[in-house]
Amino acid sequence: MLYREGGDFKTTYAEDNQTFPIKFDRLRYYAVLVVAFGVIPFFINDYWANAVFVPFLIYAIAAIGLNILTGYCGQVSLGTGGFMAVGAYAVYKLMTSFPEVSIAIHVLLAGLITAAVGVLFGLPSLRIKGFYLAVATLAAQFFLVWLFNKVPWFYNYSASGQITAPERTILGVAITGANTSAAAKYLFCAAILFVLAWLARNLTRGTIGRKWMAIRDMDIAAEIIGVNPLTTKLSAFAVSSFFIGVAGALFFAVYLGAAEVGEAFGIQKSFLILFMVIIGGLGSIFGSFAGAAFLVLLPVFLKNVLVGLLGWPTDLAAHIELMIVGGLIVGFLIAEPHGLAQLWRVAKEKLRLWPFPH
Amino acid sequence: MKNTFATLAVLAMTTGLAAPALADLVVPNLSYRTGPYAPGGIPYADGFADYFTLLNERDGGIGGEKVSVPECETAYNTEKGVECYEATKGSGALVYNPLSTGITYQLIPKVSADKIPLYTPGYGRTSAANGKVFEWVFNYPANYWDAASVAVKYLLEQNGGSLEGKKIALVYHNSAYGKEPIRTLTELSRKHGFTLAELPVDHPGQEQKSQWLQIRRDKPDYVLMYGWGVMNAVAIQEAANIRFPMENFIGIWWSGADHDVLPAGDGANGYKSLAMHGTGMDYPVYADLKQYVHDAGKSAGAGDQVGGVLYSRGMYAALVISEAIRKAQELAGTSAITAAQMRDGMEALEITEERMVELGLPAFGQPFTATCEDHGGPGAAMVQQWDATAKKWTLLTGFIAPDDEVLDPLVAEDSAAYAAEAGITERCN
Repeated sequence: MLYREGGDFKTTYAEDNQTFPIKFDRLRYYAVLVVAFGVIPFFINDYWANAVFVPFLIYAIAAIGLNILTGYCGQVSLGTGGFMAVGAYAVYKLMTSFPEVSIAIHVLLAGLITAAVGVLFGLPSLRIKGFYLAVATLAAQFFLVWLFNKVPWFYNYSASGQITAPERTILGVAITGANTSAAAKYLFCAAILFVLAWLARNLTRGTIGRKWMAIRDMDIAAEIIGVNPLTTKLSAFAVSSFFIGVAGALFFAVYLGAAEVGEAFGIQKSFLILFMVIIGGLGSIFGSFAGAAFLVLLPVFLKNVLVGLLGWPTDLAAHIELMIVGGLIVGFLIAEPHGLAQLWRVAKEKLRLWPFPH
Repeated sequence: MKNTFATLAVLAMTTGLAAPALADLVVPNLSYRTGPYAPGGIPYADGFADYFTLLNERDGGIGGEKVSVPECETAYNTEKGVECYEATKGSGALVYNPLSTGITYQLIPKVSADKIPLYTPGYGRTSAANGKVFEWVFNYPANYWDAASVAVKYLLEQNGGSLEGKKIALVYHNSAYGKEPIRTLTELSRKHGFTLAELPVDHPGQEQKSQWLQIRRDKPDYVLMYGWGVMNAVAIQEAANIRFPMENFIGIWWSGADHDVLPAGDGANGYKSLAMHGTGMDYPVYADLKQYVHDAGKSAGAGDQVGGVLYSRGMYAALVISEAIRKAQELAGTSAITAAQMRDGMEALEITEERMVELGLPAFGQPFTATCEDHGGPGAAMVQQWDATAKKWTLLTGFIAPDDEVLDPLVAEDSAAYAAEAGITERCN
């Protein structure tokens, strides 16, 4: 039907190995890009930016980051919230210490700092695996939150321990602070997500990505065929933490504008992003997008329907919303344990073969 | 799946835009009726909504304009708070009262850019009392630093004017809210010579065993508490468990409602807390509320919170807002005011005891006058004590004024730091 391959022949290795080998997929991808960068910025308003798109884009970055570590390299991590906090506090310190430097550079540096911290907490992964590693990263989560609460230097000795993003610009356009336009916020996050998703896709299908997957599938076999577990695992931690650090920096500076470490980067955040990865699909870039969309947009959508449209009391709607989202998660995982990405893949297969299923 | 998300998005767009009802005076209620802070959020939200319902039913609104109070559930969560703010601000919102210090910190820069007043009675950013820096934020009649100072002043009275050599422990919610008083208390401990022990309790506050073991070991003379939601009830139960003398345990006004002490039963007898207004049903306004709201079946929520401490506080917040709306209407010469005119009304607000009597709440709150410089009010508070057998709070003192000599420089310092950070030039000069 939609996915006819008739006439879609590949004659070179490069063509056969491209990210979107099917012409229809490729066209759709370009269409999404045109809409994302050419249409949405002109129509976006504060509500759409702050309640829907910006959180979705930022969570997608974080989900890709965790997916690299957990989905591609098989290292279970519960420290995502803590690493996001590192990104947020790093960007805060950089913004306040070097106000004249562009925010884009600060976000990048915050990612690099988080990568270094991630490598540090990734060291135990050489000795321990699975649940044991999850506990080690859980320790990172609690340690980092405690650290940012405890040491006043990180929040510039403010009375309340809150960090607030001052206004910073790129080429004279405000990106952080209260006067930022919805389009600027959106475009900044979307551009970063685009670059990082592109990077992630290319990393995961190259040498590094294959090493990660070898370690994930069977670490001893991987070592025998010549994959160095030390560099492979640590590179996964570094790249993953870089993504998560960038997400944390954007989450604080662009999206919220002020943050409190225990509330914004607590253990719930780690779970939320892990759920995004699991529901979206482990080991899939598209899955990270789908998972983030599912967990960010669905609650907002349900709230608008239940309270805005049906006029239910807010508390009833909040409880029902939890039940619906929870029920859908369970339903999805029963129907397809490998997440939305796999569901999509299967649907695509079926469409390609239609009307002649096996 | 992508198409499903597209349809979801389109639906969310249409519903998102359809949501705000077009009323004349919009006062959004960023409430929370779910999560670990719901015990405090529910009665406050009910009191807040019920008072506006009373004005609509009895007086036909304010100055002839009906007030609409659209509710939005934040669950005390800053991300949801931001979403609620963005969802409601386009509906002509006059003022926000999120009842969360975390959300307040998020909203301060946003309301300043959008030019909508933010009203945070008894919570929020303390230094917002400085109207020279915080043009759009109001926190009268009292704030966190006032509370810390009033508590210490009360203890001074109890100890014949000297706290020299005493040990005071502060049990606090490990967030912006709980950390606010530390700076003041450190300053006061220097002034009065007591030692201060800081005991943070992490969100949401159900786990406090280690803090109370430390209190049992260190035996402080007094324990102050900045708690909220489930944290309060747990703390009071834990204090009862270690047999800490309850009359030496003082909570801030957010730790002094009925549902905080009731779970501990007799153990809570003698527990003290601050109060920034009176409570109970002995005020004439309750007769009107009963007639126009509760008996008419128009109460917010389940209608079971009437007369509680936090119900009264929500009502009080609504009262101050409605008085400010009246003032704004008078200044603007029109009944359909804008958010900017609302700010002028809040800045010119004067609440006298005569007015409180007219409103059916005699001797309920302290009279105050706001000015361009002063968005903080007098900051006085009373001390109340829980009587577990009668199951009611009794007021022990009248209004105690805070120690402005200590607080004013702190407010000036913190607001100056904010002004420098945000690039604000002082006004009112």
